[in-house]
Amino acid sequence: MTQTPTWTRPHLLTLEALSSQEIMAVLDTAEALKEVSTRSIKKVPALRGKVVVNLFFEDSTRTRTSFRLAAQRMSADVVDFSVSTSSVSKGETLIDTARSIVAMGVDAIIIRHRSSGAPEVLSRLVQCSVINAGDGSHEHPTQGLLDLFTMREACRQRGKKISDLHVAIVGDIANSRVARSNLWALTKLGAKVTLVGPTTLCPSAFAEFGVQVTHDFDSILGEVDVINMLRVQFERITSAAFPSVREYSRYFGLNDERLKRCRADVLVLHPGPMNRGLEITSAVADGEKSAILRQVSNGLAVRMAVLYLCIGAGQFSES
Amino acid sequence: MAAEDVAQTVRQISQEILAAGELMSGAPLALVGIRRRGEILAQRIAAAIVAQTGRTLEVGALDITMYRDDVVGNRSIIIPMGTEMNFRIDNRAVLLLDDVLHTGRSVRAALDALMDFGRPRFIRLAVLVDRGGREYPISADFVGRRLEIPDESRVRVSLKPIDSDDAVVVDSAAPAAAGVRP
Repeated sequence: MTQTPTWTRPHLLTLEALSSQEIMAVLDTAEALKEVSTRSIKKVPALRGKVVVNLFFEDSTRTRTSFRLAAQRMSADVVDFSVSTSSVSKGETLIDTARSIVAMGVDAIIIRHRSSGAPEVLSRLVQCSVINAGDGSHEHPTQGLLDLFTMREACRQRGKKISDLHVAIVGDIANSRVARSNLWALTKLGAKVTLVGPTTLCPSAFAEFGVQVTHDFDSILGEVDVINMLRVQFERITSAAFPSVREYSRYFGLNDERLKRCRADVLVLHPGPMNRGLEITSAVADGEKSAILRQVSNGLAVRMAVLYLCIGAGQFSES
Repeated sequence: MAAEDVAQTVRQISQEILAAGELMSGAPLALVGIRRRGEILAQRIAAAIVAQTGRTLEVGALDITMYRDDVVGNRSIIIPMGTEMNFRIDNRAVLLLDDVLHTGRSVRAALDALMDFGRPRFIRLAVLVDRGGREYPISADFVGRRLEIPDESRVRVSLKPIDSDDAVVVDSAAPAAAGVRP
């Protein structure tokens, strides 16, 4: 083998655990697979005969659909396991549910769960690949990877590298698994990261991650290459984190007026779903700096890559 | 084979292709190389054809990673490079190129991959080296050099710019790289 394959993991649980080489391996694989979605036959046989289960304990449309399509484009069979119609609503535990699914002969479980660490626990107890599709406020590795992929695409057009970037992650950092996955991946690849949000949602303790923390969005507008706007997660915010939606929007919302003070080539990201008019205005979300829909299409390629790397075949006999 | 032998062999294959009426007249021609070294061969032979005939043709690079079946049960995964074919292959004469023809499994994978892009008029196969040892019923239409070597030997093709020089080397004692099939 003249190439140096760099992926040996059966699971994708966190980006914290990945090396920068492993992150790049996913991005390179995703780049190679992106072409598949442009064909008239949008399918490759790489995962023929494999079975993938979507096990979502939290609501999701985009991630679940994206994983489903990704598995189908790789020719795997997909089972959607919906919690509201399952035995979980009769009181079955996560582990019992997962074990009985595995007993039917599956190759990968894609899990979303409200508890941080659930995928990790599961990976130690079942004999199949486990892919984290978001666990509590811990990590959302495929979102982090697709954000990175989108940034790398933009870098290429601008003649830059990810390590040249200054990325602002704005909003509800404390409750955001997207923020954590972004943070790990970006710092591993050498980008500069600034976290922005109200003190209640963006505690200064995050400086321990080796990033900057600020509560003044306006102060960094002119310096950043990428602004990743997070959704205000009302379902996770337990106390009064900010006085009013209008006040939040005024200090931390991305609008045209703020965008004008940014660099001309700034890239705007949002993991979705958006609260239009709250953290981001429609004009910005649908504007020319926005890569929000590119993120969604890139997400498909990234998830195809993750499935291929985690459950695809091993090394080949001829180079 | 040293660099000049490789160059001579590529010239010889190019001449045979130029002499093949079905490729040089009729349906528009596309050269599709299997990544990575088949792609280099495709570029070199395309350049030779263009230089001698002035004829326009398409050149593509095919990544067959997602179609392969010659897998060793080892969890170290090959990172694919992607396919680059910026043309439709429907009704084209397609010349598929690879560096070494051995079991025929790569070519089988490449044929399946091509089918997913459309329906070519016909497909022909050119290889730099045919080393025997076929496991599938596949044969090449254009062969640079035929080698009769034991199954456990390994043929290593180097081509610039992927490698530092052009060469074909047979490692006879070779238990090749670790993890390779016995």
